[in-house]
Amino acid sequence: MTLGELSHIIVWGATAAYAVALLAFSFDLASLADRVGATRRDGAVPVSAGAARATTASAAVGTVTAASTLTDARPTGRLAVPVDGGGPRRAASIGMAVTVVGLLLHVVGAVTRGLAAGRVPWANMYEFTLVGTLVTIVTFLALCRTRDLRFLGSFVLGLTTVALGVSLVGFYTPAAGVEPALQSPWLVIHVSIATISTGLFTVAFAASGLQLLKDSREARLRTADGDAAVAGRGLAGSAWRWLDVLPSLRDLEALSFRINAVGFVLWTFTLIAGAIWAEAAWGRYWGWDPKEVWSFVVWVVYAAYLHARTTRGWSGRRAAWFSLVGYATVIFNYTAVNLVFQGLHSYSGV
Amino acid sequence: MSTTDPRHDDATHDDATHDDAPHDAPDRHSDQDAARLDHGPADHMSTPEPEAPSAASLPTLGVVGTLRWTWRQLTSMRVALMLLMLLAIVSVPGSVLPQKPVDRPAVARYIVENPTLGPLLDRLGFFDVYASAWFSAVYLLLFISLVGCILPRTRVHLRALRARPPRTPRRFDRFTVRGEVVVAAAPDDVVAAARAALRGPVRLLPRFRVDDDVEAGGARTVAAERGYVRESGNLLFHLALVGILVSVATGQLLHYRGQALVVEGRGFANSVTDYDTFEAGTAFDPRSLVPFTLTLDRFTSEFTPDARALDFLAEVTVAEPGEEPREADIRVNSPLTVGEAKVYLQGNGYAPDVTVRDAAGEVAFAGAVPFLPEDPVYTSRGVVKVPDVSTGEQIGLVGYLLPTAEVTEAGARSIYPQPFEPLLVLTVWTGDLGLDDGVPQNVYELDDSEMTNLLDDEGRPVTLFVRPGQTVDLPDGLGSFTWEGLPRFVALDLRHDPALTWILVSSLLALAGLSLSLFAPRRRLWLRIAPGEGRTVVTAAALARSDDVGLQAELDRLLGAVGERCGPVLEPAAHDSDDDAPARAGAGGRHDL
Ligand code: HEM
Repeated sequence: MTLGELSHIIVWGATAAYAVALLAFSFDLASLADRVGATRRDGAVPVSAGAARATTASAAVGTVTAASTLTDARPTGRLAVPVDGGGPRRAASIGMAVTVVGLLLHVVGAVTRGLAAGRVPWANMYEFTLVGTLVTIVTFLALCRTRDLRFLGSFVLGLTTVALGVSLVGFYTPAAGVEPALQSPWLVIHVSIATISTGLFTVAFAASGLQLLKDSREARLRTADGDAAVAGRGLAGSAWRWLDVLPSLRDLEALSFRINAVGFVLWTFTLIAGAIWAEAAWGRYWGWDPKEVWSFVVWVVYAAYLHARTTRGWSGRRAAWFSLVGYATVIFNYTAVNLVFQGLHSYSGV
Repeated sequence: MSTTDPRHDDATHDDATHDDAPHDAPDRHSDQDAARLDHGPADHMSTPEPEAPSAASLPTLGVVGTLRWTWRQLTSMRVALMLLMLLAIVSVPGSVLPQKPVDRPAVARYIVENPTLGPLLDRLGFFDVYASAWFSAVYLLLFISLVGCILPRTRVHLRALRARPPRTPRRFDRFTVRGEVVVAAAPDDVVAAARAALRGPVRLLPRFRVDDDVEAGGARTVAAERGYVRESGNLLFHLALVGILVSVATGQLLHYRGQALVVEGRGFANSVTDYDTFEAGTAFDPRSLVPFTLTLDRFTSEFTPDARALDFLAEVTVAEPGEEPREADIRVNSPLTVGEAKVYLQGNGYAPDVTVRDAAGEVAFAGAVPFLPEDPVYTSRGVVKVPDVSTGEQIGLVGYLLPTAEVTEAGARSIYPQPFEPLLVLTVWTGDLGLDDGVPQNVYELDDSEMTNLLDDEGRPVTLFVRPGQTVDLPDGLGSFTWEGLPRFVALDLRHDPALTWILVSSLLALAGLSLSLFAPRRRLWLRIAPGEGRTVVTAAALARSDDVGLQAELDRLLGAVGERCGPVLEPAAHDSDDDAPARAGAGGRHDL
């Protein structure tokens, strides 16, 4: 077996681990929802999980301790269910552990792929997906170190599992060297940063999507207001009860914004680095090649997203839609533009 | 601004035209507090945008009024947002339809294949989207809006840069981020310690701008603010975008670009006439071309066994005026810089060196003829045009060069890009090449309108198979064809754009400004230092402009530093606190979000 084949198998292993973690996280969300459901009548005004928390942060400086208090809010609704309130979330812990295992395999898979090809492992679509999903998982796990984002687990792992699966089945090419136009340090810089931003946009997309779903559910429940017929249907139904245990709309929006902001800065860098590379490789810094057009569209949509957040009447729900549209353009840029359009960026290897 | 805004005394942001300002919601996680301190969720980031008069009142505005109304609309955030989305949308057709600057033949094909839609799209500029009137209109409007937006903001910001931190609010209990420390030191020492901690270690670059004051009740207060650089960064970013646009436009006016096909052993001079194609901006002066010469000494290529390109290298000699000729390499990713211009290796191929003798045995043509590669194995197509025959009709030879030919029953094809078994496969035409009527011709195509294809006895076109060094007779006693050798050619692309540096500088400034404006925290901290019996109670509150995970840590750091400098730290008594500070139980290092 060659190193490239070994890498291929290891990546399948990582994908399998992620699929298991996905199941665990989904189970966790479902059981959280059940816990909430057990303590209150469905159809009551939902209360965000984050609504009732008093977190004390203490900073120890030498021997001195300055205790200060961060109150997130006092309980507001009729009922407050802290996410962690109902005992340990065993399924979520399993999900986290299996994700870490998957990540280890993933890293080994990516490294062996790079060794097999004798270069950085991000030069065709299979490899972009391999590294992009890696960044997604790393981002998710890194964010989880400071905040409890395990609720995002099923979405992040769902996207990752699907992306890895699709690329293993549809985009896989054996490891090999690259053509002259790709032999440049910019391959390392430009493509890696682009891949990292894609990973970040993915996590932010999950948060924005959840924000919109939760927002819709809350609106339905408000209008239903006790009307059992309405309350039981669609988003207002008990199948979507898990949305109630997610953090508040504002928290979701803030989370999505922070990740998108980092993603946007990195994407800006991607454009600049791409232009510098194009200047060296193709003799022009910008030529409206399909890939360039769509990278520009992605950039403009996320710029619009940032503006929407600061425009009266556009923040919140509408801004979240921008985040979704932005992610749609990212995915389009990544799939359709690579596979369908004829351009200089025909490196998909598919 | 609601009057309960703790920073209502800080008017500087409030009159910004497109203000960024009132993000000054305290921690937005808290619905209640936000509602009290800010404008509530609906417009937590609202801008005191100039209220545009409603459309209904328009007729009474007059010309000036209408202009002003238009200007206000144009420079409003809402319109900027629309224009941004519009810009994204109008960019898309250029990726779907063939574009003239990229692939003119593809555009022509499209128009032929779509006889109704094609010409219409052509008239509307869809085949040159990025130079079309509508695309330009969108981005120009956006940039006008941008300038109209940043000018007033810059004015406001310059004033804000001199502003003092907002006065300490009377009550801290409305803030979600608070803290408290009790020390033994005297209030004056605490103030000094706080100032030092806030200013930070670098005297010239204070982290916070700090004021202190004495309240009517005798308590001391310290007010501090940081993060003006956030708005500076934002303005820098938007200004830099204008910088990019202006530099790109300047480059368009001053640039030039030429293409030349150079065969091994030959060269070309940097003058407009020596290029195969040459194109320059309207402000370009042809006399500014540095008259260097460039000779291709050798071209080498490397391929994998499965015919994927690995490396291309053009070894050249350049001679700039007044300098010794020097040798240089040009590779795909590393252009050669010479006489202000950059020379790129854009393509390569084979240029068989051939001699054609006419019926009288005279040399009618001798030279290298570039054949253009059409696939990864360099199946290359070319035409040998022989106009200068001493007798009879002109001759044209059309066909393929196969670098590594595999000849089977089905025909000949190339199987590898390197010239291991080169073979020329040519058909022969006679007639009028059409070179004399003054219309420029494509040298790679045969205009067969006045030519006839020579056929053999069975009515099939005569095909010549020629190997290097061979001489074959042309049919019908037209003469002979000799293949002398197989030099390579390179397609060089020469370009000079004086604005490149400025575009790069503007882009990097934009990136820097963007990072500052998104990541530099804007924070306000206040301390109230109340003297007591042998103890000084320091209460503190903090406010950030937007969601700011580091705010609490910043406040904790400050109180920690104060405690360290003014120790010992005493146990806070329940009554020391000026508000209903919740229980301190439960060490929660992990706060949600
Ligand atoms: C070429 C067009 C433009 C692009 C690409 C662009 C891009 C951006 C980006 C990426 C940000 C995010 C930085 C941040 O959130 O701090 C931003 C912020 C901002 N932009 Fe623009 N912008 C453009 C035009 C405009 C125009 C025309 C206006 C005014 C009408 C404007 C007003 C603002 C304001 C006020 C902010 C600050 C928002 C905040 O406080 O975060 N921009 N812009």
